Amino acid sequence: MLKVYVPRDAAARSLGADATAIAIATEAARRGVAIELVRNGSRGLLWLEPLVELEMAGRRHAYGPVQPRDAVSLLDALQAAGERAPEHPLGLGPTEEIPYLKRQQRLTFARVGITDPRSLEDYLAHDGYRGLKTALALTPGQIVEQVTASGLRGRGGAAFPAGIKWKTVLGAPGAQKYIVCNADEGDSGTFSDRMVMEGDPFVLIEGMTIAGLATGADRGYIYLRWEYPDARRALEAAIQAAYAANYLGENVQGGGRRFDLEVRMGAGAYICGEETSLLESLEGKRGQVRFKPPLPALAGLFGKPTVINNVITFASVPIILDRGAEFYKNFGMGRSRGTLPLQLAGNVKQGGLIEVAFGMSLREILYEYGGGTLSGRPIRAVQVGGPLGAYMPESQFDTPLDYEAFAGVKAMLGHGGIVVFDDTADMAAQARYAMEFCAVESCGKCTPCRIGSTRGVEVIDRLVGGENAAAQEVLLRDLCETMTYGSLCALGGLTPYPVISCLNHFPEDFVKTKSAQASA
Amino acid sequence: MSKDPRRVIPIKLERPSSLSNEEQAAVLRACADSKDKPGALIPILHAVQDAIGFVPAEAVSQIAQQLNLSRAEVHGVVTFYHYFRTQRGGRHVVHLCRAEACQSVGAVALERHAKRSLGVDFHGTSADGAVTLEPVYCLGNCALGPAVMIDEELQGRVSPERFDELMRQLRSEVS
Repeated sequence: MLKVYVPRDAAARSLGADATAIAIATEAARRGVAIELVRNGSRGLLWLEPLVELEMAGRRHAYGPVQPRDAVSLLDALQAAGERAPEHPLGLGPTEEIPYLKRQQRLTFARVGITDPRSLEDYLAHDGYRGLKTALALTPGQIVEQVTASGLRGRGGAAFPAGIKWKTVLGAPGAQKYIVCNADEGDSGTFSDRMVMEGDPFVLIEGMTIAGLATGADRGYIYLRWEYPDARRALEAAIQAAYAANYLGENVQGGGRRFDLEVRMGAGAYICGEETSLLESLEGKRGQVRFKPPLPALAGLFGKPTVINNVITFASVPIILDRGAEFYKNFGMGRSRGTLPLQLAGNVKQGGLIEVAFGMSLREILYEYGGGTLSGRPIRAVQVGGPLGAYMPESQFDTPLDYEAFAGVKAMLGHGGIVVFDDTADMAAQARYAMEFCAVESCGKCTPCRIGSTRGVEVIDRLVGGENAAAQEVLLRDLCETMTYGSLCALGGLTPYPVISCLNHFPEDFVKTKSAQASA
Repeated sequence: MSKDPRRVIPIKLERPSSLSNEEQAAVLRACADSKDKPGALIPILHAVQDAIGFVPAEAVSQIAQQLNLSRAEVHGVVTFYHYFRTQRGGRHVVHLCRAEACQSVGAVALERHAKRSLGVDFHGTSADGAVTLEPVYCLGNCALGPAVMIDEELQGRVSPERFDELMRQLRSEVS
């Protein structure tokens, strides 16, 4: 039977994928054409959503963006084509041959967009749960060794070596340990966690289960932001299927080890993406940051040893166990090993998910993948790494995507979100927004963040207003230094990144124009 | 005759509840479903808000009692999280993304338009009770901004005209 794929990813649905799916199914039924409609994850070519695929002779052909009104012409083309790929104005050719996809190295996203995320059988048929199978034959120490040897670093932003974290938990005394997945993907410009959870939820479950085996933890929590209701449905369906097939529960695949998993919803607090704040929230408290030490690895959730990692980190583990640490490590550069799923967003023509090995330049991503801005105007700045990441000017676009190279230009790669701005952007307004955001989202525990962010907004207003500007700039830089070195966590500590980068690279935006001065 | 200094002043423990019987039952049910879970408070608050649209002050005291917490502790948690509402909202909640990726494609203009056309500021409810407008900081639809979430449905590429169209659809569903 002819297979038709229409994504159920939230981004695809936000552009009407459900209506497209219904239109195709209805039109096919009306003509008596038998089709099997699969609601897959998104391929990540988001500007082409809803991206519909037709499977002919085992090969998938892409069409997009397909609106409900295109269902008739698509089925006309299909019926006229017979055994060949249907010709249609929206045709993009064989999906795998689309350059945007073909040039990627998809390891973590290997199945996203290909399989039916609701089907465990489909997951198993596409190399799913092979990592767990390997892990079940290893000792906890051997699993940790594999993860360490792969060079995998935490993909949430801090880039801490995952293996070292796991080793600490493995060595920590205590009968009760926890695995916690940070799925509070709050950074603007990031959606890779969401796409994995919606498009391949089993890979996250498998990764967390392996973490449980590796460290002796028998209980896991996925702390998911409320803004992702589609991801919640996908995860809950997958968890249920995993329990039913004995991939979760009291005796995982007969290996004699228990692992239980539950989704917990956040409630709209950016700070809960900070690991200790997230743990407080899971415990049912205000999401206030904890002092470190103790490390969560030793005293985490409910005071017990806890592995807490980001979605992409856990989702990268199964392939490491399946294909071996060496395989994974051979991707990347320097101390950044493996691949990073980048998210190209904002004012960009071809936004989407791009998983590539570390080392590619920002320029390649922006122009060769992104195709420049959506508005057609020149790119003025990109913000990499979320709201706490630096704004980078054109002169830094040759920076390779590598944690250390970014740190070298006082920027950060973070969770891999890249937000593009054209030349109409007001960088002083972006700097002000960074402080405003910090004020809204500060947990309030430490003074530099709680008070500094509000003062920051005021100082920027005075600076831009031309009120003794030279002195205000000195004050702003001094305030940023206090926040950088005096804040308890990354929110207050990194908010100066966007602010100072705007000030350094785009000083002209902070100068009140002559005409504005005259009218004031 | 002097007053007895040891006179006991009765403290009124419970104010009469403004919640309907169904709403009170929903709060109790939320507590019963989750109170034995570790870290039960936030799942309970979600269940209450899902059932009655907000977390009323009366629910705070009930939840506190059920979990053996002080009302201050529960209140502190409710007010920490942006998602929990302490006032009754409109029939629909529209979350409008204010974050950078959406800003780069016109979210600031959309915000102005939404506030003007609904006649509200953030956290406010339109005069006809149909829509409450809330800010949100990223909906994970950053390549297809400006993004808006209407109840639980994500929308992408929302121009001011598209916003008006979506609001028309919402209101026509109601009537």
